[in-house]
Parts: sequence; C-alpha cells; structure tokens
Amino acid sequence: MEEEKIRYLAHLARIQLSAEEVRSLNCDLSQLLDYVGQLKSLATEEVEPTNAVLPAYNRFRKDEITLSLPVEKALANAPDKMGDFFRVPRVITERKTNE
Amino acid sequence: MTIKKLAELYRKKKVSAVESVTGFYERIKEKDGSIHAFLSLNETEALFQARNVDRRIAAGEDLPVLAGIPLAIKDNICQEGTKTTCASRILETFTSPYDATVIKRLRENNAVFLGKTNLDEFAFGSSTENSAFGTTRNPANQDYVPGGSSGGSAAAVAADFACASLGSDTGGSIRQPASFCGVVGLKPTYGRVSRYGLVAFASSLDQIGPFAGTVEDAAIILKEIAGFDPADSTCAEVAVPDYPALLSGPVSGLKVGLPREYFGKGLESDVAGKIDEAIKTAKKLGVEIKEISLPHTTYAIATYYILATAEASTNLARFDGVRYGRRKTGSRTMRQLYEESREEGFGREAKRRIILGTFVLSSGYYEAYYRKAQKVRTLIRRDFEAAFKEVDLILTPTSPTPPFKIGEKVVDPLQMYLSDIFTVSANLAGIPGLSLPAGIVRDNLPVGLQILGPAFAEERVLCLAHHLEKELNLSF
Repeated sequence: MEEEKIRYLAHLARIQLSAEEVRSLNCDLSQLLDYVGQLKSLATEEVEPTNAVLPAYNRFRKDEITLSLPVEKALANAPDKMGDFFRVPRVITERKTNE
Repeated sequence: MTIKKLAELYRKKKVSAVESVTGFYERIKEKDGSIHAFLSLNETEALFQARNVDRRIAAGEDLPVLAGIPLAIKDNICQEGTKTTCASRILETFTSPYDATVIKRLRENNAVFLGKTNLDEFAFGSSTENSAFGTTRNPANQDYVPGGSSGGSAAAVAADFACASLGSDTGGSIRQPASFCGVVGLKPTYGRVSRYGLVAFASSLDQIGPFAGTVEDAAIILKEIAGFDPADSTCAEVAVPDYPALLSGPVSGLKVGLPREYFGKGLESDVAGKIDEAIKTAKKLGVEIKEISLPHTTYAIATYYILATAEASTNLARFDGVRYGRRKTGSRTMRQLYEESREEGFGREAKRRIILGTFVLSSGYYEAYYRKAQKVRTLIRRDFEAAFKEVDLILTPTSPTPPFKIGEKVVDPLQMYLSDIFTVSANLAGIPGLSLPAGIVRDNLPVGLQILGPAFAEERVLCLAHHLEKELNLSF
C-alpha cells in the first residue's frame, strides 16, 4: 500500500494523522493485509455470507409512549451547547459572488 | 471470597454489607496501586447501596442472592452517574446518563458496584496495555500482562478486589484474561445477554459476561443478567434456565470433542500438559473423549480481524466531538472538528483498526475482504454445527501460551492478534465459551481450559466446568 492510500482512508474515516502515523500505519497495514490475504485461497463462490448468527426477524414494540432520555441528561456530556442544542462551528457560509 | 460464602455470612449476620464493602475498599487501596485493575472507584454510592442492604437484612427482608455482593464493572459498560471511559482519551470526561441493562438487573438484585475496571482502549487488545490510562498487571505475577481486553475485571477478581466482575468478549476478551489471571470467565451465546449500554466494538460479535472465582458464582451472575431485553434487538427471546441449580447435573456419558487443530504446533508444552491433566480428569468423571476436526480454524484470526475492524470503524464513527466526548478546541470548520478531535482522542491501536476497517469496507476492496470474510465466517459456523452433531461439548486450551510479559508483544500487532487464536472462533460462530483455571506453570503463571458448547447450552458448559473444578480443586 502507498502512504497516499492511508491518507485517503483517513479522510474517509474523518481522522487526521501525523506523517509519522501515516508511515507506521502503512507498515502495519501491509503486514496485516498480507496475513488476512490467506482467505483468498478458500473457494467460497457457493457460500452464503453470515451477516448475523441469530435468525433476524422484525419485532414490533407495542405502540405505547415511554419516557426517553430527558434533554438535560442528553446534553450533560456535550462539549459545547446553547440552550437545548449542541453547538458546532458554522456549517453554512455565505456564497461569494464570484464563485 | 465467593458470592455464595459472602451471601451466607450476611444472612447469618456474621458480617454486615458495610463492613464487607469497606474491607474490599481497604484491600483495593492497599494493593491496586501496583496492579491497577480499577480506573475509578465509586465508594460513596457503593456504601450507600451496602447500608441499604444492611437495613433490609435487619428488617428481616428476604433479599436476592446478590444483595450486598461487591462487583467490579468493565469501563465500557454504562452505569448511571459514573464515568465510562473505555480507557480512551476521547471519553475521558464522559459520564453515563443511564444504566446498561445488565447494570439495571444487578441493581434490582441490590448488588454493590465498587468501581470501573481497566481495559484495552475500546476493548482493542489482548493485554490491557492499550489502555490510555496505564496497563494492568497480572496479580499472579506482576511482570506479566493480565490478558485483555477485560484485564482489569479479571485482575480484580484474581486479587480479591471484588467477588465477581463483568467484562465483554468480542474475540476472547473475557476468556483469555480469565485464563491468564486464573479465574473463571464466561462468554455467553450471542444474544443471551443484552448489549444495551455496552459501548459497541463489533456489534455482531460483542457479548457481556461474568468473571468469578468459581463456576457456581459465574452461573449465579449469568442467571441474573441473561434474558430478553426490548432495548437490544439482537437479544434472544429464549428462556433463562436456573443455571446454578443445574450445575450438579450428571456429566457421565457426555461426549466431548478435542479439535485436533487446537493441539498442533504453537501450543506450548506447559499448557498442553495442564490440558492433558484436565482431559484425564474428565475421563475419570465418565466423559467420553473423542478427537474431532474444525477444519477452518486456521482462517479464524484473518476472518475475525476483517469483520471486527470493519464493525469497529463503523461503530467508532459516533465519536465525533459533537454530542459527547473530547472536542478539539479552536477547530474552525466541522470537518476540522471531526478530524482533529478524533486525532487527539484515539490511541494508536484504535487508529490502526479504524484505518484497516475503513479499508476492508471501501469501494473496490469490500468484496475481496469484507464479503469474503463473511463467507468464511459461514464456513467456521458450519464446522461447529457439524462438530456438535457428534459431540456435546468441545475442550481446548483457552490460549496457546501462559501469560506473556508486559511489553513483549506490544510492538507487533500481528503477534498480539494471534494470541486470540483459540478464542475468536466462538464469537464468529456465536456460541458460548468458558475458561476454567487448569493449573499453574512456571513463574506462578495460570493456564486456562476452554469449554465450548452449542448456542444456548450454557448450562451444559457450566455443568462440566463445575464438575472439573471440583476434581481439579484449583479455584478458590
């Protein structure tokens, strides 16, 4: 794998990595992918994949109102809040006329 | 101190819950400085719980079996009002806003929660060395790791800091540390115990289970935490047997398989010797021993690390610095806030798994890695299905080696992953597994015997374990 690839995966996972981390992850990942590559030797064309070990079926709850987490508890761990909301950096910016 | 003995002392009024809980805290404060099983203690609430139990005993009330029993809880299980850090910087300040279902059920039993125990960050590891808050040492020999990821919960029981504890097992994280610390550890069938309130690592593999000094104590805890929970859609609607009452059932005539793939190269002779003794003991009990094969065993670690990292990278997406957990201050855009908070908050192994998991799920590689591993998972499940047509239970070593030294494997992720080679298959197949102390080898290091059973046959696993424990006479 190339370091460029690691940076792309980090972008997909929304995580910043230092140059040193990119280098060492690249080494680790090459080694791990070599190892897990052994699965390629198994013929699995006819095999169904396992998504869940228990048979999955839909379960409906009774249509009853139950208490949910109160707002103040849900906000108690917020790193930043305003009123009843989580506060984050501005997401919408004004469109510049020349764009 | 076992649950059974302590509960009896309470009922005979030989000791009060407050005296007992105070005694446990004294021992923790004296000895946990070097072992570091706990990340946080919960003394005020624990003593409040204990006083409540004493009052009710004095009033002559008939109390549940776990009333006043001191327990330790792995720090990835939510207990309202306590910190739940997952041994990660990203959750360093997080306080649980609610109780996990297992905590709620133990609370209804008037159990006492002494504190939260150390783990590998987000349960990523096999030694507890990946904790952001320092490693835990093995009480049997402090130069060695306690195993992982539930190393703190295993060490807490081994050091007699608690009567029993809860851990979680995704690829061996209860059984391997139980083996390394010389205690009993049980991973129940997938769906036996609710995962609501357990911080998710790999949702198709995770399961909560007990550590205890005896098989009977593990059975007592399992009975109280097992059973359907509407808050976890993967929790099975299967009746919960009276596990403690079934322990003394017959074992003579049980057919037990020894998978030849678990007894080949890589198994240390010290460990093999202790497992042989246990097998001889099983024969003495009238158990019929049979060699079997689980042909896809060699592919289990590769399958596991693809699926577990894929699920982990997805589950860890929620830690984004917005609603809870660490946020990098001064980030100017949302994108920076996510990327910088996650860089600061996650440790090395968490980053490694996020990147590997993202890779195996990414466009162009999904079929070759993730999908392929799901198919091999089917083959591994079929191995067990076929085996359980021939035998009632399977015996293996829990780990191919005794505990390893602190620092020995931390630099080599693949070697660390390979230490789970005998435990990951049970998670892939969703079946229950228990690690039972099988003896002590060089340097006072414990060895564990693993008993695997078919799905929802915990009572059979526990029953054989209980009989072997009595014969081997090793547990405390």
